[in-house]
Amino acid sequence: MAEIVLDKVTKRFRDGTEAVQEIDLTIADKEFLILVGPSGCGKSTTLNMIAGLEDISDGELRIDGDRVNERSPQDRNIAMVFQSYALYPHMTVRENMEFPLTIAKLDKATIKQKIDEAAEILELGPYLDRKPSDLSGGQRQRVAMGRAIVRKPKAFLMDEPLSNLDAKLRAQMRTSISRLQKSLGTTTVYVTHDQTEAMTLGDRIVVMRAGIVQQIGTPQDLYERPANLFVAGFIGSPTMNFLPGELVNSSIATAIGEIPISDRLRSGLSEHGPTGRDVIVGIRPEAFEDSRFVDDQTAFTFPHDIDIVESLGSAKLAYLDVDIDARAHEHFAEIAQESGAEDVFGSQQIVAQLDARSPVREGDSMEISFRPDDIQLFDPTDGTNLTEHD
Amino acid sequence: MSARPISDGKAAERRLGWWLCAPAALVMLIVAGWPILYSVLLSFQRFDLRFPDDKAWIGFDNYQAVLSSEYWWNAFGVTTFIMIVSVAIELVLGMILAIIMHRTLVGRGLVRTVVLIPYGIVTVVAAYGWRYAWTPGTGWLANLLDESTAPLTERPSAIAIIILAEVWKTTPFMALLLLAGLTVVPEELLRAASIDGASKWQSFVRITLPLIRPAILVALLFRMLDAFRIYDNIYVLTNGGQDTSSVSILTYHNLIGGLNLGIGSTMSVLIFLTVALIAFIFIKVLGTSTPGSDK
Ligand SMILES: Nc1ncnc2c1ncn2[C@@H]1O[C@H](COP(=O)(O)OP(=O)(O)O)[C@@H](O)[C@H]1O
Ligand SMILES: [Mg+2]
Repeated sequence: MAEIVLDKVTKRFRDGTEAVQEIDLTIADKEFLILVGPSGCGKSTTLNMIAGLEDISDGELRIDGDRVNERSPQDRNIAMVFQSYALYPHMTVRENMEFPLTIAKLDKATIKQKIDEAAEILELGPYLDRKPSDLSGGQRQRVAMGRAIVRKPKAFLMDEPLSNLDAKLRAQMRTSISRLQKSLGTTTVYVTHDQTEAMTLGDRIVVMRAGIVQQIGTPQDLYERPANLFVAGFIGSPTMNFLPGELVNSSIATAIGEIPISDRLRSGLSEHGPTGRDVIVGIRPEAFEDSRFVDDQTAFTFPHDIDIVESLGSAKLAYLDVDIDARAHEHFAEIAQESGAEDVFGSQQIVAQLDARSPVREGDSMEISFRPDDIQLFDPTDGTNLTEHD
Repeated sequence: MSARPISDGKAAERRLGWWLCAPAALVMLIVAGWPILYSVLLSFQRFDLRFPDDKAWIGFDNYQAVLSSEYWWNAFGVTTFIMIVSVAIELVLGMILAIIMHRTLVGRGLVRTVVLIPYGIVTVVAAYGWRYAWTPGTGWLANLLDESTAPLTERPSAIAIIILAEVWKTTPFMALLLLAGLTVVPEELLRAASIDGASKWQSFVRITLPLIRPAILVALLFRMLDAFRIYDNIYVLTNGGQDTSSVSILTYHNLIGGLNLGIGSTMSVLIFLTVALIAFIFIKVLGTSTPGSDK
C-alpha cells in the first residue's frame, strides 16, 4: 500500500542513451497504473528504476514520501513479476513462493498459512510440489504472481507479464489479474506494449514514446481526447483514420468532402491560427456508420466506393480507398514506424466500422455518415491535438 | 526419470552413432586399453628387471606386499591430504576469481588472461621457480623467513609448499570451469532474488550455488583426479624426501628407480582403481544432481 512519485526521473545509460526523460508521475495508493508504448520506448527501464534494478540518473523517486533513489531493491519492499517469470528452476512451486518469506525470516506456521492462502487464490494447490519445468506457461505465470503476492508488498511491478501466453489465456489472466489487484488493493504498475491490455486493465494509462511521456489519463481520456497524433494512433483498435485537410471558413476540406466544424472543435480551434491552415483529421473507425442506420440530422454523409468488406460478426469493417495528399506523409511515416502501425498511418485507405446488419458488399458504392463532432484535429507539423488543451 | 520406449528411428540413429564412434574407440583401445591391460598382467607377476630369470606368475602376492607396506600407506595418506586440501582451497579461490571475472565489465579480456597465466606455465618450470624461491640463502621467499630454516627439508612445511605450488598453478583452471557455470545462471533470477529481499550473499547461496552445482562437481572431479596423480611438483620440490612421496612418486621410484616392474605395475593399477572409484562416485552424484532432473 503506497503512493509512488516520480519527480523528473531520467535514465541515461553508460553509452549515452536517454532511455527515459524527466518522467513526472504520481501513482496513487491502490491505483492500477499502466505504462504502455511501442517496444524500446523506456517502459522496462522506468519500471526497473522504481524497483531499484536500475540506478536513477536524475530526478527523485519517492515511495510514501521517502526518497528511495539510493535504496537497494531488497530494501524497497516491492514485488515484481517478470516477463520470463524468473522462477527459480531448482525450487518447487512451494519453495519459489516461500523464498521471499524465508528471506524475511517469518516463522514456519505463518509461511505455510500464507502459501496456502496464495495457492488457494491462484488455484495452485495441486502443483505446489512440482518444479517450474513441469508446469504450463499459464501455471508458471500464476506462480510468479504467487511469489509476488505472498509478501504483501508496498507495490506490484509487472513487466509484460502476459506476453508469453497465447491469446485466449492472456484474456483470462487479464481478468484475473484485474480482480486480484482490486481485491488486494495493492498499488500496481503494469508494463505492456499491447494497447488492448492497457485499455482493459488500467485505472490510468501512461503512454510513452522514445523515453518521453506523451499523455497520462484514464482509458476514456486517451480514447476520446488523445493529446497528439501518436496517442491517437496508438490507442484504439482498429487504428484511427487520418486524413490531411485544410481549414476553410466553417469547414475542413478533405478527400472525403467538406466536413463542417462543430462548436466544440471551433472553440478549441479559435486560438489556433487563421483559416487556410493545414490540419490532420482523425476519425475513429467506430465513428463511421452506414447512412441507412443513421437518422441524426447533424451527421456528415459522403458517398464512396467500398473496396473490401470484412465481417467481424458483431460488426463489419469496410475499407475505402481515398486519395490522400502526399504532403502529410512524412510525419505519418515517422509515427507509423514507431507505433508499429505502418499499415494504417498515412495509408491511402480509410477503415469504417459499420453495423453488422449493413448489406454492403465489396465494389458497392454507398453512403457513409459520421458526426462531425467525433473527429479530432491535429497539427501536421508537431502532431499536437488542436482542439484539446489542458 | 523412467526409460522411455525408443522409436525405430531413434534406435537406428543410435546404431549409427556407435558406428561413427567406432574408429576412435578402436584407436583408444589400442593406445590406452593395451597398456592398462599390460600393467594389470604385470601386476600379477614377479618381475624385477635386476633378476629377470625370477619372473613368474604369483597371483595377488604383489598386492599383498604393496597393501601391507608402510611406504604405500604413507604415500597414500600424503596424496589424499594434498588432494583434499589443495582442491578445497582451489575451489574457494577459484570461485572468487570466477565471480570477479564474471562481474568485470571493463578489460574483461585482460583480466581473464592475467588470471590464466599460472595455468599456462609448464608445471616443472613453475615448480623450479618455487624451489629456488624457497632455497635458503638465495630464495626470495626463504629470505623472508628465519635464516636457519629450510622449509623444503621439513615435512609439514614441505607439504605446505607443495600444496601452495599446486593451488597457485591450478586455481585458474578451477576458476575457468566455474566461470562457465556462472555464465549459465540467468541474470534475471538474481534480479528477482534481490527484489524478493535477498542480499547478495543470500542469492549466491540460495540461487547461484544450487544452479552451478553441476559445474562445481565437474570442476571438483577433474581437479581431484588430477591432484591424486600429483607428480611433477613433488618431483622437483622434494623428490619424495621427508616422507612427502605421493603414490605416483612412489610408483615411479619402484618402477624406474627400482626396476621392479611387478610391484610398480601393482601400484599403477591401485592408483587407477582409486581414480576410477573417485570418478564413479562423482558420476553417481552428478547424474542425479542436475537442476530440473527428477531426483
Ligand atoms: N543497459 C542498457 N544500455 C544501453 N541502452 C539500453 C540498456 N537497456 C535498455 N537500453 C535502451 O533503452 C531504451 C529503452 O529500453 P526498455 O526500457 O527496455 O524499452 P521497453 O521496455 O519499453 O521495450 C531502448 O532504446 C534500449 O535499447
Ligand atoms: Mg521491456
